[in-house]
Amino acid sequence: MKRPLQAFAVVAAVLVSGCASPPSKVDPLEPMNRALYQVHDVLDTTFVKPVAEGYVAVVPQFVRTAFNNVFNNIDDLFSAVNGLLQGKPDKAGNDLGRVMVNTVFGLGGLIDIATDAGIERGNEDFGQTFAVWGFPQGPYLFIPLFGPTTVRDGTGVLVRIAVGPVGYISNVPVRNSIYGLGYIDLRSQALEGGSIVDTAALDRYIFIRNAYLQRRRYMIYDGKPPPESEDEQ
Amino acid sequence: MTMTKLIRRAYAIGAAWALVLAPFAVIAQAQEAPDAMVKRVSQDMIATIKSDPLIQAGNEARIREVIEVKLIPHFDFMRMTALAMGKNWRTATPEQQKRLSDEFKTLLVRTYSSALTKYRDETIDYKPLRMSPADTDVTVRTVVMKAGGQPIQMDYSLTKAADGWKVFDVVISGVSLVTNYRDEFNEQMKNGGVDGLIKTLSDRNKGVAAK
Repeated sequence: MKRPLQAFAVVAAVLVSGCASPPSKVDPLEPMNRALYQVHDVLDTTFVKPVAEGYVAVVPQFVRTAFNNVFNNIDDLFSAVNGLLQGKPDKAGNDLGRVMVNTVFGLGGLIDIATDAGIERGNEDFGQTFAVWGFPQGPYLFIPLFGPTTVRDGTGVLVRIAVGPVGYISNVPVRNSIYGLGYIDLRSQALEGGSIVDTAALDRYIFIRNAYLQRRRYMIYDGKPPPESEDEQ
Repeated sequence: MTMTKLIRRAYAIGAAWALVLAPFAVIAQAQEAPDAMVKRVSQDMIATIKSDPLIQAGNEARIREVIEVKLIPHFDFMRMTALAMGKNWRTATPEQQKRLSDEFKTLLVRTYSSALTKYRDETIDYKPLRMSPADTDVTVRTVVMKAGGQPIQMDYSLTKAADGWKVFDVVISGVSLVTNYRDEFNEQMKNGGVDGLIKTLSDRNKGVAAK
């Protein structure tokens, strides 16, 4: 899984190496990423965002919440797996407890009883596991229709899709509908944040990159990231 | 000693004492704990948003006014701007620093008011504060709870000033506002120096869209 992405990154690095300004450490592919961001922005504004807005306008809140809970419930299961892979049995136990409570008493995950009961989500994923194992972050990437990621996090997402339960559904229309719903669910969660970025950012590309990398760092260190020196960036 | 002289002297002593005691009054005021301050101000904001008919009608000018009056006095924009500028801060003249922090303030007020127009019925959970009496920088941790949504962590970094605790950073789900602006500011500095950054900020505040 990792190899094609790395190869892609190398090719892309060669392609942009002709540029004048020195590439930054976190984002050596910035010229390519910025172009992809422009592509993404057009696609998102034209197709994805209107669909997500329509979804929010048409589907009642409680139904959207129920769908979101089901997807989160699956994520929690993988969070438990990744908690174990990172040697955090307490966190893994919490997540496994959440999945059991929500699946059994929350009607197969439609209701998030565990959060109401104060059991916090672990929010672990494969990208974080690779980080804990010592894999380097790799270049920052902006993938149209997918959003900000890094080589490490993107690899994690590919692993997650490869082993995720939806892939085992053999009925293709059903499977694709679930992927589609999951995608729109995810996009609808980001609608409010997006309009704040529009007001706050001087340069949306950089704003999103920084917010993404800060957030991932925070998650990798379970909310207690070591202080970062100014020059490190 | 005549009576008038005595009275004059009493006044003088009174005035002197007032001068001596004045700073203590400020200190007494400053002794509102940082977490108590965050709670008081945020609850006041929520109460205002819920009860003000103009805000309910989505009047952005009114929202900005409320932010200016209730929120801004509790922020240290000079420190905030200095942190976001990093080592570039020292290359700016005092006048430039003033303009930078004013423009940055306006940008954050605009951002905050656009965020507040989306306020629904979120409630805030205040985490217990861990600090020792000698601390001059503290973090107040809160969690914004939203019906049907995931809880959002919102932490405030505060510093102790003569007239109370002042917020110099807000960290939302691990994303620090100040850190997030550091690269943006750097980028603008590379292209047009301090004046370039001031211009970009003021353009944004005049409603020119971001790249």
